[in-house]
Amino acid sequence: MLELIGNGTLLRHTVASLFRVTAGFYLAVLLGVPLGILLGRISMLWAFLNPVIQFLRPISPLAWIPLAMLWFGIGDPPAIFLIFLASFFPMVVSTTIAVHNINPIYFQVAANFNFSRKEIIARLIFPAIIPEVVTALRLTVTIAWLVVVAAEMIAVRSGLGYLILDARNALRMDYVMDGMIVIGLIGLVLDHIMKRLGNIESAQWGAKVR
Amino acid sequence: MSYIRIDNLTKIYLGRRSKPRSLHDPAEHSGDNVLVLNNISMSFEEGEMVCILGPSGCGKSTLLRIIAGFENPSYGSIWVGDKPVIGPSDQSIFVFQHSGLFPWMTVAQNVGLGLRHMEDIEAKNEKIKEYIEIVELDGFEDYYPHQLSGGMQRRAELARAIAVNPDLLIMDEPFSGLDFLTHMKMREEVVNMHEFIRKTTLVVTHDIDDALIMGNRIVVFSGRPAALKMIHKLDFPRPRDFERDHGLSRLRSEIFLMLGVPYAV
Ligand SMILES: Nc1ncnc2c1ncn2[C@@H]1O[C@H](COP(=O)(O)OP(=O)(O)O)[C@@H](O)[C@H]1O
Ligand SMILES: [Mg+2]
Repeated sequence: MLELIGNGTLLRHTVASLFRVTAGFYLAVLLGVPLGILLGRISMLWAFLNPVIQFLRPISPLAWIPLAMLWFGIGDPPAIFLIFLASFFPMVVSTTIAVHNINPIYFQVAANFNFSRKEIIARLIFPAIIPEVVTALRLTVTIAWLVVVAAEMIAVRSGLGYLILDARNALRMDYVMDGMIVIGLIGLVLDHIMKRLGNIESAQWGAKVR
Repeated sequence: MSYIRIDNLTKIYLGRRSKPRSLHDPAEHSGDNVLVLNNISMSFEEGEMVCILGPSGCGKSTLLRIIAGFENPSYGSIWVGDKPVIGPSDQSIFVFQHSGLFPWMTVAQNVGLGLRHMEDIEAKNEKIKEYIEIVELDGFEDYYPHQLSGGMQRRAELARAIAVNPDLLIMDEPFSGLDFLTHMKMREEVVNMHEFIRKTTLVVTHDIDDALIMGNRIVVFSGRPAALKMIHKLDFPRPRDFERDHGLSRLRSEIFLMLGVPYAV
């Protein structure tokens, strides 16, 4: 392990992995939360799209590898796509459920105080779902991180997943272990960051995050 | 001069089995429709506190929701001032039975909800402060609702309601779920608040004493479908006292009888 740290290999692979996870996860959140809000508010759309989502969800990201390579070639894009895919559906579904869970009285209050459509989203739905969305972020970032190894087994030449695969081919089990340990440690750190996010004031009005 | 006018109001909840075939054929006679309000007409004066009594499930909340514009009447119409009620608006503020405060906003933010379009921030904050003082919540401006007691939450919601200066205040069982002492205090505060701002206020309650102590006018409904059993102007002097005012206690016995309870003390 010291050797890997010393020559900078470990850092390089870790940064590469973190970049992919960050990109895929951000994309999933940026697209998933708005879509979840939309589905939460328009029940017709939910009735129509929910079966599609539930159909796609159980398909493992591994099964998507061939399609990902077909659509995005090789390198970062297909890897990011796989991470995106794995975190997108949990974000959509959690957000939709969070919107469904909003006390209907709040919508009546909003109507009573002449809220515009924009205000309903910005001043009601958004703050109301923050606690649940933060919890979803915390669970989903773990999924995204979980998928990184699989995603990096496809034709990338960097990342912790590549490191493990490459070390296995070279029969360096110690490097494999090193890769696994770093993945575990980073998972720990990511969860900690998400927990801190749950402790900021706006995410706290409901149940306390532990 | 009547300020609030309810004309031939009827509300039928259509059951699942009966779909109206056209606008003028609401199929209201098939089995599982619920006739909740049966042709109610009444009117109230501006500034009155009207207390509405009736057996549980008779349609009091339904009536309030229709007056607030949250639901449409099946027949009839409602007028507040010279405007017909066509939907919710901040001219008629509904104070919810269970707290309708936004839990993600502080007391001050909640009270400022109806003032959010004011451009002069300083004047706005001044106003928020003023209304928080009216309900005696000064010092709690930056608290979140879940950090307040049940009684304080209701007072905050009251402040939010009166801060928009509505034409009409609507309260559905405002004291339910409060302990006895808090109930008594809240009741007095609502009366004082009403004396102070003189807004037309509708209060549904199941407590006959609440109605008699608070109301300028009292309305009693029959069981479902709600029909008007009694509408009575109360001009007993305040503070009201059943011991001192025999007219008041006679009226109480009368209403108890009307609601099916032979009352004897
Ligand atoms: N949305 C609804 N659909 C069907 N029936 C309803 C609905 N809301 C209320 N009801 C019925 O209308 C009646 C009156 O309800 P409500 O106005 O809440 O009574 P109250 O407030 O006087 O106790 C009840 O029998 C209730 O079951
Ligand atoms: Mg009710």
